[in-house]
Amino acid sequence: MEPVLKVENLTKVFTRRGQPAFTAVDHIGFELYPGECLGLIGESGSGKTTVVNMITRLLDSTEGRILLGGEDITRLSGKGLRRAYREMQMVFQTPADSFDPRCTLGDGIGESLRNNGMSRAETKQEVARLLTECGLTPEFASRYPHQVSGGQCQRAAIARALAVRPRLLICDEATSSLDVTIQQEILALLNDLRRHHGSELSILFICHDIALVQQFCSRVLVLYRGRIVEQGIPDEVICHPQDPYTRRLIESIL
Amino acid sequence: MTAMREPTVRIQKIRKDTVRTRLIIFGALALILLLCSVFCEHLTPYDPYLQDLKNAKAPPSPEHLFGTDRYGRDMLSRVIVGSRTSIFSTLLLVGIVTALGTMVGVFCGWHGKWIDTVLMRISDMFLAFPGLVFAMAVAGVLGGGLQNAIIALVAISWPKYARIARSQTLAQKETPYLNAARLSGSGTWKMIFKHILPNIIGPILVTSMLDIGTMMMELAGLSFLGLGAKPPTAEWGSMMSDARSLLSSVPWVTLAPGFAIFVSVMIFNLLGDTIRDYADPKSRGR
Ligand SMILES: Nc1ncnc2c1ncn2[C@@H]1O[C@H](COP(=O)(O)OP(=O)(O)OP(=O)(O)O)[C@@H](O)[C@H]1O
Ligand SMILES: [Mg+2]
Repeated sequence: MEPVLKVENLTKVFTRRGQPAFTAVDHIGFELYPGECLGLIGESGSGKTTVVNMITRLLDSTEGRILLGGEDITRLSGKGLRRAYREMQMVFQTPADSFDPRCTLGDGIGESLRNNGMSRAETKQEVARLLTECGLTPEFASRYPHQVSGGQCQRAAIARALAVRPRLLICDEATSSLDVTIQQEILALLNDLRRHHGSELSILFICHDIALVQQFCSRVLVLYRGRIVEQGIPDEVICHPQDPYTRRLIESIL
Repeated sequence: MTAMREPTVRIQKIRKDTVRTRLIIFGALALILLLCSVFCEHLTPYDPYLQDLKNAKAPPSPEHLFGTDRYGRDMLSRVIVGSRTSIFSTLLLVGIVTALGTMVGVFCGWHGKWIDTVLMRISDMFLAFPGLVFAMAVAGVLGGGLQNAIIALVAISWPKYARIARSQTLAQKETPYLNAARLSGSGTWKMIFKHILPNIIGPILVTSMLDIGTMMMELAGLSFLGLGAKPPTAEWGSMMSDARSLLSSVPWVTLAPGFAIFVSVMIFNLLGDTIRDYADPKSRGR
């Protein structure tokens, strides 16, 4: 089976004047198959956001290749990149900041649809449908980001990500800024979406909470200082950690 | 505890109301000034260009509230008619500077790289040079006239706006919602016009409101030096300049337009201050 996403040798070196070069991501590689949910865990500062920002091309990689559905997107720009964004979407770490404070949630969710040539009326209907799918009411389309709670905002962000019916959904710590009960609600929503979309939707789930990953993912990568130190089925990794860092990470939770 | 709390809430409400009241008052005054300059022909008691040598240099009196100048023209009428040139050229100037500076700043902030460095070094040069001297040089090279005075002042004032717009754009570029817009497939223009401009225009507009007064003074200053509006066009700065040799014998001819400048600069500055207070929620309590 062809992977939805294939990453080879991905590296990011940050260079700043007057400072030694800093390797935030160091030659990592992995594959994500259709319908799979892959977890990426690691402590704060281990380079998780850097990895996904390179995959979504918000950040240029220093080295390596990113293949989305077999197509090399590492150096795409302009039109080609916009086409890639129809296949790949992201839910950001901070829900409230990921919506323009001066636009309604409906505007934000419908933006990609409008950009892909959908009419205003159709967009409005589709936005209402997406909001309902994500457990909100169509009435939320006219609200501004500061008028909704964090959990509701994250639901809207998921609705926005699903608008173009992507094959790959990246959740960058989509639950970290929410409290525990809302975390479970969002996770339940993501589980529903997975069941509903089946092999049409693959998820890259970034998290620093190993318990959430165990509950949600079929495979997990452990990132430590920009390197993948361990990978496998979550239960395996948790019960029989091979790497000293993973062992410490698990001990700190249990 | 509750006894402590209640007054604070009340005071805050009252203070917020003061800002709103100030906004209404100064906004109304500025509006009156604008209406005056729009309908100035209909408001003048006499023909501002009609010479009446018998009545020359008459001091302020009930018929001629601000007196008459050396050709016997009614000063009040001239000041009223002068408001059109003075106020409209100021607003035009501020408008051009704001638009130009913002365009350059957003472009630099968005594009980055060498073009940003080049443009910002140029703006540094302008900022380091004494502005009015440069404006005089420009106006001197281009020759007098209101149009050239405006060009000269635009040339020295855009860097300030470019700086503000650039730093604001850089800050906006880092926000998650701009990344989200990018992922939504929005192009450069859409991101700039739909997401960046609406979010940065507030502080820029406040700056330009605060600048109206300064610009009016500088424009009048250039006219006073003979590099702006030319007589017989009624413009406050050139009117003052025209009569400066007679300052000791007929002071009202200089003082009348001076007073008009003073009042309008004051109104626009206070309006700018108030809008800044109103726009910034943190200073609303003050
Ligand atoms: N623009 C940058 N310039 C220099 N260093 C950077 C830059 N962005 C990130 N880093 C560094 O790269 C490392 C990885 O950062 P990253 O944001 O990917 O961590 P993270 O795993 O997402 O952490 P968190 O869980 O807190 O979100 C950090 O040490 C950070 O200091
Ligand atoms: Mg992160």
